Amino acid sequence: MSFEPKIVGILCNWCSYTGADLAGTARIQYAPNVRVVRVMCSGRVDPSFVLKALQCGADGVLIAGCHLGDCHYQSGNYKTMRRFALMKRVLAQLGVEPDRVRLEWVSASEGERWAAVVNDMTEKVRALGPFTSGDGNNALGA
Amino acid sequence: MGKLKLALYWAGACGGCDVSVLDTNERILKIAELADLLLWPIALDFKYHHIEALPDEHIDVCLFNGAIRNSENEHLAKLLRQKSKVMVAYGSCAHLGGIPGLANFSTRRDILHHVYMDSASTVNPGGTVPLEKTALPIGDLELPKFHYEVHSLDQVVPVDYYLPGCPPAVDQVWAAIEAIATDKLPAAGSVVGADQVALCDKCTRKKSEKRIKEFKSIAQVIPDPEICFLEQGIVCCGPATRAGCGAPCINANMPCRGCYGPAPDVPDMGGKLLSAIASVIDSDDPAEIDRIVAQIEDPAGTFYRFSLPSSLLSGTQQKEAA
Repeated sequence: MSFEPKIVGILCNWCSYTGADLAGTARIQYAPNVRVVRVMCSGRVDPSFVLKALQCGADGVLIAGCHLGDCHYQSGNYKTMRRFALMKRVLAQLGVEPDRVRLEWVSASEGERWAAVVNDMTEKVRALGPFTSGDGNNALGA
Repeated sequence: MGKLKLALYWAGACGGCDVSVLDTNERILKIAELADLLLWPIALDFKYHHIEALPDEHIDVCLFNGAIRNSENEHLAKLLRQKSKVMVAYGSCAHLGGIPGLANFSTRRDILHHVYMDSASTVNPGGTVPLEKTALPIGDLELPKFHYEVHSLDQVVPVDYYLPGCPPAVDQVWAAIEAIATDKLPAAGSVVGADQVALCDKCTRKKSEKRIKEFKSIAQVIPDPEICFLEQGIVCCGPATRAGCGAPCINANMPCRGCYGPAPDVPDMGGKLLSAIASVIDSDDPAEIDRIVAQIEDPAGTFYRFSLPSSLLSGTQQKEAA
């Protein structure tokens, strides 16, 4: 069977989730590989969520929020951007390829853009193959 | 209850945990009064076969320090678990994997190659490497197998209590030993000898709004002894670290290194720390943010300094091809 990437999408309520909804109501055809989790703000995304998703079997994680300057809570997405910059460095050291974890700004009117982001990410993760997590319980002498 | 039967063991660790028991100073005599020692390799001459000969659950409490690095550590962890009623992961290495756990950033092959071939101080023209078995006329000589990954104690055997610290603070060791001797232990699975809050909650430094344009290494500056380290741009692990150590590093004007492990309800110490540290960056400009985060040297090693093997991703993604 061919590999279908499983991608966890964590989307802010105000822009990106609405944008993804628009992609649906506009009947845009795009890759079905993202499982969407709605949060009130991309600033809510604790880096532990990303690590947990990868540990639990996700092949990629897509965080999406409002464009800079558009945050419903003024500054939430700026906080996301700062955390993401540092998280990228930590993930690289942990051996997670850069294309597996992505931050995108998608507004409520950008259904087309949402579909394009998902298609692009799905293909990049497909090229990387499945993510294998060291769960700390591997055979000792394997 | 008769005299407490106690075993102490040193697995993949530096030996500081054993010293922390000795650091109870004259109270060590009280320990000898309260307990019969059945195993303590650093201080007394016992052999492993003495332990093997004991009935199961004969030892009341085993204080096990050190990570599981090789097959000898693993064997003793399983043996002592079988022979002990209560298993205590003593110190950061047994608790979380500790400093030896940072080896999980590298593969076994790279570690052995570096140590025996490559390092600046290595002189090994014959390319001699340790073997698990060497045949000699007098018989086979055996060395423990070096595992592919470092594990914390509870990844190998069930653990009843965790006594954190690198090493555990002496007063906390004493309190835990007294609690054990008087049978006043909390629910199994608890962290003992530590607090239920993060170190920042207990820190007495002056704290105000944190806005950082530049991160500095502790080696580059003499920090102000009164003000929060993070406000001075120095990475401090206090926000995600469990309190209970008595803050000896902070009091010595050094930032927290995180040895007491994650604060309660923190599933992944590195994730939480990176979240806290990134939140103090004072910039809205992506290029400037990248420049500022680049000033933190070895972020994963810093945020997972003591907890890599027990972290969500275990730091073992760079797997050695089988």
